[in-house]
Amino acid sequence: MMAFGYALCLFLLANLSAGLLFVFRGRVAPVWMLGIQIFGTTGAALLLVLAEIQQEPALRDVALVCALLAAVTLVSYAQRIWSRPAAEEDTP
Amino acid sequence: MTATQLVAVALMCVGGFFFLAGTVGFLRFPDLFTRLHALTKADNLGFGFIGAGLAILSGSWAVAAKIFLIWVLLLISASACSLLVARGALRNGITPWRKP
Repeated sequence: MMAFGYALCLFLLANLSAGLLFVFRGRVAPVWMLGIQIFGTTGAALLLVLAEIQQEPALRDVALVCALLAAVTLVSYAQRIWSRPAAEEDTP
Repeated sequence: MTATQLVAVALMCVGGFFFLAGTVGFLRFPDLFTRLHALTKADNLGFGFIGAGLAILSGSWAVAAKIFLIWVLLLISASACSLLVARGALRNGITPWRKP
């Protein structure tokens, strides 16, 4: 069970790394926003699996914070990068 | 390995497969909008399966409820954020990919 858990963690980490590598090599600007989403979902799954196999319940709260941070970061980036043209006239 | 653990391991393997599908889709799809599909749908489904397996393994209703709530939060935030990203991209001139 522990071996399977660690193998699953390694697998999720490989997925995360592949996604982030692609994001950092990307040429299209909004693709790195998707990297934030990958980090939120895959990172939270990784932390949940670690919480179970290491019997560390606090890691579940860390997974919750990870998911929340990803959501807030994406909203703020999308609003910042792609603010409406009318809103730009309001900024000093 | 008990039957419970076997079921949980099977669920987590299915979740891992969906994560792999989401990552491969993210790497191989042609434009931003299809990549959003891969991330929002496949990754969250994989998370749901892995969460279900972990909830069965933990054997506690409190832990299962917490995992379920994290999954619901991820679903809602992924839907909202993908809408924001796609809408911003469309408004700023990124056009969907057409089959050549």
